[in-house]
Amino acid sequence: MSPTLQLFLIVSAALFCIGLLAALSRRHAIFILIGIEMMLAGANLNFIAFWRFSSEPHQPTGVMIAIFSIAIAAAEAAVGLALVISVYRHYRTTNVDQLDQLKG
Amino acid sequence: MSASLDQIFVSGKQWLLSWLASAPEWVIQIASSFINIFALLGVFLTLFALMSVLERKILGRIQNRYGPNRVGPFGLFQPIADGIKMLIKEDIVPARADKIVHFLAPVLIAATAILALGIIPYGRDMTPFTIDGGILFFFAVGSTTELAVFMAGWGSNNKFSMLGAMRAIAQMISYELPLIITVLPVVMVVGSLMPNTIVAAQGGYALGFVPRWFVFTPWGATAFILFFVSGLVESNRTPFDVPEGESEIVAGHMTEYSGFKYATFFMAEYIGMFAITGLATTLFLGGWHAPIRMLEFIPSYVWFFAKLSTLLLVYVWLRGTLPRTRVDQIMNFAWKFMLPMAFTCIVAAAVWHYAGRGPAGWLWSLAVIAAVYFTLSILLDTRRKFAPRTYRFAE
Amino acid sequence: MNSVAFIVIAIFTLAAGLAAATLQKLMHAALSFAVTFVGIAAFFFLLGAEFVGLVQVFVYIGAVAVLIVFTILLTRRDVEKDRMFNWSGVVIAIAVFGGLIWAILKTQSLSVAAPEIPALTVKRIGEVLMTNYVWPLQCVGLLLTAALVGALILVMEEKQ
Repeated sequence: MSPTLQLFLIVSAALFCIGLLAALSRRHAIFILIGIEMMLAGANLNFIAFWRFSSEPHQPTGVMIAIFSIAIAAAEAAVGLALVISVYRHYRTTNVDQLDQLKG
Repeated sequence: MSASLDQIFVSGKQWLLSWLASAPEWVIQIASSFINIFALLGVFLTLFALMSVLERKILGRIQNRYGPNRVGPFGLFQPIADGIKMLIKEDIVPARADKIVHFLAPVLIAATAILALGIIPYGRDMTPFTIDGGILFFFAVGSTTELAVFMAGWGSNNKFSMLGAMRAIAQMISYELPLIITVLPVVMVVGSLMPNTIVAAQGGYALGFVPRWFVFTPWGATAFILFFVSGLVESNRTPFDVPEGESEIVAGHMTEYSGFKYATFFMAEYIGMFAITGLATTLFLGGWHAPIRMLEFIPSYVWFFAKLSTLLLVYVWLRGTLPRTRVDQIMNFAWKFMLPMAFTCIVAAAVWHYAGRGPAGWLWSLAVIAAVYFTLSILLDTRRKFAPRTYRFAE
Repeated sequence: MNSVAFIVIAIFTLAAGLAAATLQKLMHAALSFAVTFVGIAAFFFLLGAEFVGLVQVFVYIGAVAVLIVFTILLTRRDVEKDRMFNWSGVVIAIAVFGGLIWAILKTQSLSVAAPEIPALTVKRIGEVLMTNYVWPLQCVGLLLTAALVGALILVMEEKQ
């Protein structure tokens, strides 16, 4: 008795939706970043699961995409958090609802 | 005879598991893991107790005093007295502390320190946890320590704790780069991330008598020194103990901990030290291989622990000899000297490999390292730059 | 792969993820975020992609989580607690989840068991990275360098 592909997909869908929830309903910029990271992780889980259950597992395409996606997520987090800090320096807030001016 | 003595622990484990021969496979697997865990904990907690008293004795001798000598013969039972003292002390949690984070930090830091010990080969066929990416596992687990230190600093809600945690994280992140990059040449030359394979690649003798340990190649020697210094920083030891500099910030991130939680931090620090010296032994000093062919009858684990204790002795020696460095000195040293030298090691290892791994390659890689070293020493000439320090404060 | 491990890891990961998304204190949310990624790494181990699991722990716990807690520390003068909660986001998330579940359960070809496969060694990943994926690898290197420089420029103090 081992879990099927469906179960993995359900878990990764749940993870994606938790990330979506964090990104949509929280007003703090860091929460939004956390949400985006979780959505990316859900997608990674899907890639790995599809690789594991595919008929050609000797071709590690899913694994490669997951590795590249982790690298890109790290770059995104670094730039995103740098943006949060520089926005905070300007406006003294990290609440995204209050950042509604185009003037610097 | 010597072969059976060499394998005595492995066969002991087999004998224990033979009691379970009729059980289902997952029971045997779990039992096998538990035996490994208990062996690891037993050996390293004993070593920790021994190290804590020996360190104080040796430091005492270096500083021309006796050190602990009241409890038991030569003060050897001092750790037991210390343990009882730590256990019956009051466990103080500050009123404004973040209770959960404050509680979880020592748990996490001890757990990760012990996990990292798992991948090191302690002797022939004596790796507790064999995994394909063992070295990566070590660093993945080790990088969790930073978060634990931060939790300790934040959870305590104390400015000294926070400052200590910030200092610790800043220097750990800075030195993690040279630490990992100096491992790369070994991984490149061996072609594997598995500690067992790395140790196996260092067996045998060049020219009939020089062991093929990587520390005897120019790139290996440089990488070993850089790795050792980075290891000192990662385990927050003198001369890089600014995160817990008593004269400046009480005890850094451990200020608000008392009793058994403080002891856990202390233990985690020592176990982290054992892990990093164990990895240095595995990567550069030939793991459990004997240095001379004539001495190969001595069991492999004896050699491993002899090398480990030598490195630990150097740690204590440095602690007794060197003063504490300044924070900016540590950072400058990491980014301006350690990092370029670590990259040079990779190039030198590649030169060594392509020049045939013989004496010619040896000389060529020495030339590469010497050239970069002297260039750096000219570029970083600090003698001319004595000036009043400028301060920058956080906003 | 067994179901017990799967269920334990799934509950652990999703509970930590939900905590990361809903906890009021920012620092607790950031730490739960780290726990979530440990859970996802455990999933990768379960699926036989050990290398990716280790990279995940290394990058997310060792780097991204530390970056996040540092950012929280540097923007602390702002409200430490995030009380405002937008309920329309919850509705949208649940709707998307329902849609995804419907699609997954509707597709018959997905209910397959895992085939027996040889273990994916680090050596194999290295070979593939250096042959088929060498251009993506270079691009990621370039991207990371650009991100490093960009992040530094963004947080550098502006000269008045």
